[in-house]
Amino acid sequence: MLLNIEPNMKDFDAFYEALIESHRELTTEQSHEMNAKLVLLLANHIGSIDILRDAMRRARVDTVGAGLTALESEN
Amino acid sequence: MNYQTQEFGYRRSGDQDAQTPVHHAAVIVGAGPVGLALAIDLAQRGQRVLVLDDDFRLSTGSRAICFAKRTLEIFDTLGIGDRAVEKGVSWNLGKVFHRNELLYQFNLLPEPAHKRPAFINLQQYYVEGFLNERARELPNIELRWKNRVANIENGASGVTLTIETPDGEYHIIADYCVACDGSRSPIRKLIGEESKGQTFKDRFLIADVKMSAPFPTERWFWFDPPFHPNQSVLLHKQPDDVWRIDFQLGWDVDPEEEKKPERVIPRVKALLGQDTEFSLEWVSVYTFACSRMRTFRFGRLLFAGDSAHGVSPFGARGANSGIQDANNLGWKLDAVLRGAAGDTLIDSYCEEREFAADENIMNSTRSTDFITPKSEVSRLFRDAALSLAKDHPFARRIVNSGRLSLPSAYLDSSLNTMDEDAFEGGVKPGAPALDAPIGRGDVNTWFVSELPSDFATTTLTATQMIECRHANGDIYASYRASPEWIARYNAKPGTTYLFRPDHHVAARWRAYDVKKINKAILRAQGH
Repeated sequence: MLLNIEPNMKDFDAFYEALIESHRELTTEQSHEMNAKLVLLLANHIGSIDILRDAMRRARVDTVGAGLTALESEN
Repeated sequence: MNYQTQEFGYRRSGDQDAQTPVHHAAVIVGAGPVGLALAIDLAQRGQRVLVLDDDFRLSTGSRAICFAKRTLEIFDTLGIGDRAVEKGVSWNLGKVFHRNELLYQFNLLPEPAHKRPAFINLQQYYVEGFLNERARELPNIELRWKNRVANIENGASGVTLTIETPDGEYHIIADYCVACDGSRSPIRKLIGEESKGQTFKDRFLIADVKMSAPFPTERWFWFDPPFHPNQSVLLHKQPDDVWRIDFQLGWDVDPEEEKKPERVIPRVKALLGQDTEFSLEWVSVYTFACSRMRTFRFGRLLFAGDSAHGVSPFGARGANSGIQDANNLGWKLDAVLRGAAGDTLIDSYCEEREFAADENIMNSTRSTDFITPKSEVSRLFRDAALSLAKDHPFARRIVNSGRLSLPSAYLDSSLNTMDEDAFEGGVKPGAPALDAPIGRGDVNTWFVSELPSDFATTTLTATQMIECRHANGDIYASYRASPEWIARYNAKPGTTYLFRPDHHVAARWRAYDVKKINKAILRAQGH
């Protein structure tokens, strides 16, 4: 199975509102910490290393456009 | 006709010479789009309506410009639909850009075979001008300009209004009074109520420019464009070669400074190119709040439109929801004034339109939170979604440049009769009628335009005809069903829909049953 990048949620607006709301009144530092925990929680739920690697690769490429060698070589 | 310069003279009314306050059944305060729409609806139902306005002019500046499909269908019932659509710029397509790249586009009316487009753009003064001309065709509407409500006494048997005019004060008594007097509603202040909610710390510049430009008639929205970095911009076409450009400015700007042509022109040129010729039609800097009154009813005093609820402009949910308030209230007020329904029917106006206001506020708040992130992390997520959107289809669904006005479906309304038969889709009780082509003899027409202004049922026959009956069971018309109509209503032979006077579905069954219909009509009248 591949990472699903097609819409896979019924109500994106409700999700996004809940996401932003979950950070309400946190400092930026706390938000970073919370985001890290969120990634770990969701990663465990997804469970597949292949899917997670694909997600990491896509997020990284979208952020820096390159620098994938380290991640790719482990595949 | 230049509706912006049209002036209406003050005329002394006989009420001002009366010894005791003259009695009126329905008084509307505010001759804006909502007040005029309600006045026309009531007058067409045979009510005498008095409209009071403290000014002597229609809207100055283009203000609300996007009128949604459902609103156009309501305009059809008020007799101005064709004029509005002829003058307006029809559009269905929106495009969203990030920096200078097109992220995605959306079609607001992806299926053909509807009479009206998803939206028209039309300056508010045209809408008010058309409504005002229509109102003046109706002899049972009286418009009194320069009549300012100075005091209000909200009694159990009537509302007493103290009205100030250029030649003094007078009093009248209304069975029902509806305040359609806008977001700063003086009536709301007079009774010590507020519209409560969230104010957003952001300012927006509206520049309406006149030019002949090659842009298509689409809604274009930019996040962080090179010509206006770190902010958003919206471009929209209006009639008469006028283009609406909305620039996000941020909170820390001086609104008076930003309105000056020497500040506005360079911003417009940055978007259009240095050599484009244009003139400024209207400039305004605004902030907004998403708010509403705790209830829209205080005994015999009701609130509709911006006086009752406010939203951000993203989504075009202000004027559209106000017109829908009027559409919801008109038939109910008429039924109560005629004695066909009890006063409690008006409570269902609150139930249904407060729900609609909450839905509009929710959508408008979400859009605003996306366009104007309130924290660093909120901006981080926003920018991440924008960045991912180009290559990741799911992220486009997170990007929110405004969720454009759709009519509310009153699915939980106490006026509905719940489905007892099985439907796979179709139009649920509480939802507004869906349009589709139908035929009458050789003539092609449209379903929603043919619905009457009272309760009616439609039943599909074995020969694919739509048999339409008044509440008393008399058949008044028979139309050829189109495949689109049959699909949209999930109709089979026998399928019967009961429509309310405002064209929302009250009930539906798989067979025509007089007893069930009569019971559902009583329920929809609040009995």
